[in-house]
Amino acid sequence: MTVAAAEDPVKLAEFEARLERGETIEPKDWMPEKYRKQLVRMMSQHAHSEVVGMLPEGNWITRAPSLRRKMVLLAKVQDEGGHGLYIYCGTETLGVGREELIEQLLTGKAKYSSIFNYPTLTWADIGVIGWLVDGAAIVNQTMLAKTSYGPYARAMIRICKEENFHKRQGYEICTVMAKGTPAQRAMVQDAVNRWWWPSLMMFGPSDATSPNSAELMRWRVKRETNDALRQRFVNLTIPQAQAIGLSVPDPDLRYNAETENWEFGPIDWSEFQAVIAGNGPCNRERMAARRKAHADGAWVREAAEVHAEKQAARAREHAA
Amino acid sequence: MSTETQWPLWEVFTQEGDAAPHEHAGSVHAVDAEHAMQNARDIYARRGKVVSLWVVPLDAITASSPGDAGPLFDPGSDKAYRHPQFYKSPRGVKIF
Amino acid sequence: MTEARAQAATAAGVAPSGPTAGVAGNPLFEYLCRLGDDRLVLGHRLSEWAGHAPILEEDIALSNFALDFVGQAAALLKLAGEVEGKGRDEDALAYHRDENEFRNLLLVELPKGDFAFTMVRQYLFDAFDVLALERLVKSKHEVLAGIAAKALKEAKYHVRHSGEWVVRLGDGTEESHRRTQAALDELWSYASEFFLADGVDTAMVAQGIGLDLPSLKAPWEITVRETLTRATLTVPNDPRVVRGGRLGRHSEHLGHMLAEMQILPRSHPGAQW
Repeated sequence: MTVAAAEDPVKLAEFEARLERGETIEPKDWMPEKYRKQLVRMMSQHAHSEVVGMLPEGNWITRAPSLRRKMVLLAKVQDEGGHGLYIYCGTETLGVGREELIEQLLTGKAKYSSIFNYPTLTWADIGVIGWLVDGAAIVNQTMLAKTSYGPYARAMIRICKEENFHKRQGYEICTVMAKGTPAQRAMVQDAVNRWWWPSLMMFGPSDATSPNSAELMRWRVKRETNDALRQRFVNLTIPQAQAIGLSVPDPDLRYNAETENWEFGPIDWSEFQAVIAGNGPCNRERMAARRKAHADGAWVREAAEVHAEKQAARAREHAA
Repeated sequence: MSTETQWPLWEVFTQEGDAAPHEHAGSVHAVDAEHAMQNARDIYARRGKVVSLWVVPLDAITASSPGDAGPLFDPGSDKAYRHPQFYKSPRGVKIF
Repeated sequence: MTEARAQAATAAGVAPSGPTAGVAGNPLFEYLCRLGDDRLVLGHRLSEWAGHAPILEEDIALSNFALDFVGQAAALLKLAGEVEGKGRDEDALAYHRDENEFRNLLLVELPKGDFAFTMVRQYLFDAFDVLALERLVKSKHEVLAGIAAKALKEAKYHVRHSGEWVVRLGDGTEESHRRTQAALDELWSYASEFFLADGVDTAMVAQGIGLDLPSLKAPWEITVRETLTRATLTVPNDPRVVRGGRLGRHSEHLGHMLAEMQILPRSHPGAQW
């Protein structure tokens, strides 16, 4: 609030008028420092989530039960890396290098989606992640494709197009397993039981308690509230669960014919806070894996750059 | 000795289909042109469609600044005589 | 046909019993398993990098490689199953054969190692793969020729990517040079297995289906040595001759890899996924 007050009031008014007219903000446009900071925080958090998100699913690439499933999962995990890359590049247009962004992730200064701190215990988790976690992500990302910052919106449009298959492949795995052997059925129901509530938490705290929501909405970085998106996700998902004979672990779940909403029970936000604070089941493993890949790759990144410098020097020598 | 690097940024332009223009697709990090070309191929051409790629080092691009938008672009928007609708022709005559 | 089979078995020095008895009778099936298994195992090793590569761009590139190889393997093993005619599809062959029934080169089953090891292995294989596929596209077996034509496009990109990495790492920093030379020292002798032909190869060449492996050695060496020179690497003088993969005699590593890869279909017999 104080930062916004310190901005040039004429420029700020002009900026907000542009947003009001539905215009898109581009990297070289004037923007309040707070807008830039919020975007860097939100976009880098999103990029980190994609990259850390490669780990829980990557855990099953080498154990995928058919060659087709193996290729699909590999392509999906690869897409997540690609999406992380697109969003990092979008964030870099705000004047922060990827070196710095990754540093913030590895030192724990930046957050990533808490959903990826849960373990993938069976193959059914791969189906349920695609169905629920990607399903939730798509609801969120469809909204972000209309965000006010151009590079973020463009990255989201590309991502939404590519992610179309992620949810479908997940739901297909769940469908096949739900119709499968008793062991498979039990496996997929257990996975739904474990992933349901964390998926609902992906939309973030209730708007009443979300510290960033109001400002992000005013600046049209976000176009809808966390609660509205969460409700849309539940409404989409429950019929899908019913269609394949799976249940969600919520005794309070009921359909409200008047509002046409599936009303759900209270979310345990203490669990969410604990995972955010670093105390989820896999926080340490995830960060250790990212740090190891980064440290193990340092000599490769350096070698490539040194080789390019040598080549450039040789070319200059040759030209002289 | 070991300095942290994610390599320089390159901008990637893809042509999606014969006779289409090259359009900005996104960026990659790479150490030289061949490397940038390969990374662009692996990242922006992994779903078919692309028939040609350009990669350009970010610092080779000069972009207009928003402050110049008035003098650079507004004069182009009030020259109605550059558009065919500006001209009248007898009813029923096919010009093209 | 019977004669060809007998010839194949004798030339391969394979006794009519033992681990290869079931497959030595059908050289085309055997041949397709060799081609398919190389790609399946290498693709699997490459897929182990997903999420753990040195930089995001390379994570994506390695996944592309892995996808190409697993895709090729699926096509080749599907064809192998059809040729065998016992109702086995590509998944039955990938997930329900034991270690001694796998026909891949030992080179591809070695654990992925560091990035230098992965890239040197990849380059040695890719340089061979392009030469092999250039010949297989002319195979009289139309389906095989078709698979090879698609794979050849992929392989030509693979060798460009892995070759550039070998040069970058060899001629990079002191550390990258040391690691890359160490990888080459370890892997060089494994490449000798590329060019070993046995009765299966002879039979396939005779039928106009397969390629003459020993003839690839000279062109392969020319290409590879040129790249290694650019990379400032030294070709090791390693007298070991590595063999065994084509007959199902593997290193200790393959069994562990398959145990992991096959766990679900093996522990849930008959289940669909």
